[in-house]
Amino acid sequence: MSESAEEQQATAARKIASAHVGTPGGLLPVLHEIQDRFGFISDSAVGAVAAELNVSRAEVHGVLTFYHLFRRSPPGKRTIYLCRAEACQAMGARELERHVKDKLAIDFHETTQDRRFSLEPIYCLGNCACSPAIMIDNAVHGRVTTSRFDELLNDG
Amino acid sequence: MADVVNIYVPSDTTARSVGADAVADAVSRAAAERGVAATLVRNGSRGLYWLEPMLEVVVGGVRHAYGPITVGDVRSLFEANFLTGGAHEKALGPTEKIAYLAQQSRLTFARVGIADPLSLEDYRAQRGYRGLEAALELSGQAIVDAVKESGLRGRGGAGFPTGIKWQTVLDAAGGQKYVVCNADEGDSGTFADRMLMESDPFVLIEGMTIAGLAVGATRGYVYLRAEYPLAIETMRSAIDRAQRAGFLGDDVRGSGRAFQLEVREAAGAYICGEETSLLESLEGKRGMVRYRPPLPAVKGLFGAPTIVNNVTTLASVPVIFEKGPEFYRDYGSGRSRGTLTVQLAGNIKRGGLVEVGFGLSLRRLLEDFGGGTFSGRPIRAVQAGGPLGAYVHPSQFDTALDYEAFAAIGAMIGHGGLVVFDDTVDMAQQARFAMEFCAIESCGKCTPCRIGAVRGVEVIDKILNGMDEKANLELLEDLCGTMVDGSLCALGGMAPFPVLSVLNHFPEDLRAR
Repeated sequence: MSESAEEQQATAARKIASAHVGTPGGLLPVLHEIQDRFGFISDSAVGAVAAELNVSRAEVHGVLTFYHLFRRSPPGKRTIYLCRAEACQAMGARELERHVKDKLAIDFHETTQDRRFSLEPIYCLGNCACSPAIMIDNAVHGRVTTSRFDELLNDG
Repeated sequence: MADVVNIYVPSDTTARSVGADAVADAVSRAAAERGVAATLVRNGSRGLYWLEPMLEVVVGGVRHAYGPITVGDVRSLFEANFLTGGAHEKALGPTEKIAYLAQQSRLTFARVGIADPLSLEDYRAQRGYRGLEAALELSGQAIVDAVKESGLRGRGGAGFPTGIKWQTVLDAAGGQKYVVCNADEGDSGTFADRMLMESDPFVLIEGMTIAGLAVGATRGYVYLRAEYPLAIETMRSAIDRAQRAGFLGDDVRGSGRAFQLEVREAAGAYICGEETSLLESLEGKRGMVRYRPPLPAVKGLFGAPTIVNNVTTLASVPVIFEKGPEFYRDYGSGRSRGTLTVQLAGNIKRGGLVEVGFGLSLRRLLEDFGGGTFSGRPIRAVQAGGPLGAYVHPSQFDTALDYEAFAAIGAMIGHGGLVVFDDTVDMAQQARFAMEFCAIESCGKCTPCRIGAVRGVEVIDKILNGMDEKANLELLEDLCGTMVDGSLCALGGMAPFPVLSVLNHFPEDLRAR
């Protein structure tokens, strides 16, 4: 990330945080807003949020790293969330997981070299009657076989 | 000119996940090409998920269904005159007569899947907000008494009597009080909360408003998981509409009483479904479990008395006031009153939502409703109540669906999810996953959970690798005991249950390979 991009995120983070100074328990909404805008939360944003909300950087860092869905580094163009939970396991999620990792040649929490896809595990999308499920960005797909997964990749 | 007809195409997450949006587009195009005057209505889902996308049309005042529909079916549907109920290989007849739906008692889910979820007019036309109108005439104590009388118990998993919880909050001293809805539905195999929020959001808003009136809370939060983007969008939009129509805000329906409601998006931590961890998260902190006492009802959000209830619990409140507590209590069995929303999931032929009075046997749910496995193979195990629930063996399938009956076999109903596995399942892997999941999701506050789960995975691996099998099996059992007895909350305290159920009922799988 270039220096100006760092600064850009810090400026935006400061603005977002200052709008939430009066929000009770506002740290999560602030972090969500930053991530929705930039796809991740940079070190510069952590400092800016801490300063604005008058808490320590450690506190912001602690919250940020507690939750699985906050990112500290830029994601690929699209993020694939693969459900690993039991209902999906009952319908072949373990095989699907192997296929997806092979196909993308990455493991969980990684991004493909061409930066087209990031892969994250997820524990339940609430789509358990039509398992196995994956979510690509905000769209949930059900009954995902290995061939259906390949089609979905090509669609994107 | 012919009358304009409605074509209903569901829009909930699951319907969309199997292609409902593409079908909706195809229907619109086909109607336009043929010059058919039709309005496309995106309703919620009825929860007959194996039939999704399930189209509906009104014929002679009765809804008729067709499903599951693919884009390729759309042309033939029009050719078969489906708008007037024409015969088609995907025709299912009158929707309410489909056995799966006809045999249910939909109280909490009465409106789910029928209309446009965000239409406040449709909600009111379907008896929506009658419960609130009735509650506005009552004192806080009278509201709490009615909830007690209904026998409603917490549907999130613990089954604690709702009226007693509300009484505690009502009696607690303090100015600001809160109503918090736990919409962090993290258990695999459960989707009732998501479905309700996506398909009938106003009923949750109404239930929370009644809760607020009952205890004098003027502010409510829906803590909603980030994994449910559509539910978040739907709830936010519904709150906005309710606010503009005067059902929320500083002066609820001219009563002079305030109730403000807000959605807070979670961020993917399973532990935040535990109520004290949820409150920490709402306060903008790490979701670390709190010691109790004090109970959240006494010292909850920001230290104030707080009702924390699950989505389906709060959504069951309006019907109690619309039809009376005795109406609700007449459903159910023993000390489990009212209805339970069972979710049939995993390897099941007819997956979906089944709302029935308590007391039905597990077998009837799995066979009569579920139709056996999706794969057609025999059922080997059913995990009931989410990732912390036991794997139930087929020899136990005659157990009645009832909090006490399930507890008697060492299992739990939890949030009503049933995840079905066929005979290809490796139960050792399921036991291992229970520990692995606990290790991933542990908040880290107490040692039995934080360390125990990691050791649990290691011990199971040793057993499977043939290292001191007998000693390690004993160690595993001992470790489970330590976690059950020594953990601070249900995550570490119950993660061993699926493991113990494998040890007890499927010991042949937990052996050296």
